[in-house]
Amino acid sequence: MTISITINGEARDIPHAMSVAELLSTFQLEAKKIAVERNLEIVPRSAYQAVSVEDGDKLEIVRFVGGG
Amino acid sequence: MTHTPEDKPLTLAGREYTSRLIIGTGKYESYEQNAQALKASGAEIITVAVRRVNLTDPDAPMLVDYIDPKEVTFLPNTAGCFTGEDAVRTLRLAREAGDWNLVKLEVLGDKATLYPNMPETFRAAELLIKDGFDVMVYCNDDPIAAKTLEEIGCCAIMPLGAPIGSGLGIQNPVNIRVIVENASVPVLVDAGVGTASESAEAMELGCDGVITNTAIAEAKDPIMMASAMKHAVIAGREAYLAGRMARKMYADPSSPLGGLI
Repeated sequence: MTISITINGEARDIPHAMSVAELLSTFQLEAKKIAVERNLEIVPRSAYQAVSVEDGDKLEIVRFVGGG
Repeated sequence: MTHTPEDKPLTLAGREYTSRLIIGTGKYESYEQNAQALKASGAEIITVAVRRVNLTDPDAPMLVDYIDPKEVTFLPNTAGCFTGEDAVRTLRLAREAGDWNLVKLEVLGDKATLYPNMPETFRAAELLIKDGFDVMVYCNDDPIAAKTLEEIGCCAIMPLGAPIGSGLGIQNPVNIRVIVENASVPVLVDAGVGTASESAEAMELGCDGVITNTAIAEAKDPIMMASAMKHAVIAGREAYLAGRMARKMYADPSSPLGGLI
């Protein structure tokens, strides 16, 4: 069943509830280059398989970029 | 015969660095140019920002593909954060992305000046230190504020020389000097340096290091400016250690007065 989540401020529908790891691979994101926050809580990299993304979740996925 | 003045390495959160120059990674034409400038600068630490990934273009170039966090210390900043909570949230993500504790805290007060909001900076510093971070802190050039940040437990104090990105040089050298004299943690001028001589000036004032981004990235030749900054920081440091001559009102001949024909 499709679920609705918010990633980086944008509403998105994904086909079903899935682990953070699966979500990252859906978006072709390499786990070692990013960090994930789910509903204002950091998801440790070691928990990407264990933590699942549920309907209504708000996620932030960030990386390092150039800055001063 | 060469004589190298004795110096201790720059130590930040227990780690020693040979270079006293930290460079930013914003505003470059490309990450490739940034990586070349980094090499020319000899810097061992770069500041980086934390931003949302681009979900629509996963193949967009990533900073970590050009500069290896295993070879260079990434110093995540809180640029763009206007509250203590924003800053803490950003750096928690940075810690997860990078797996290290050394961070640059900057809590801004105003978009036009990018001047630090000091009450929020104090609060954010306390929150971060309680959470196990090693905090290098961007601050105004107020010696009392600098001392307060040191007492809170920041591992480096980083007063601005002039507003971020302004390239105006060190506007208040007396305060920078007073901050240096009263600090027992490293003091780095962060922001405001526009060219090599201004980095040298910061070092001659006794600063432990300089952070610069725009002065290099917006130079006509960023790679050559990166090299100039490297030499300026070394020159300024050596001049500081050497101890400058006293200023005098009148001339003092360098050649002997006796033995004139």
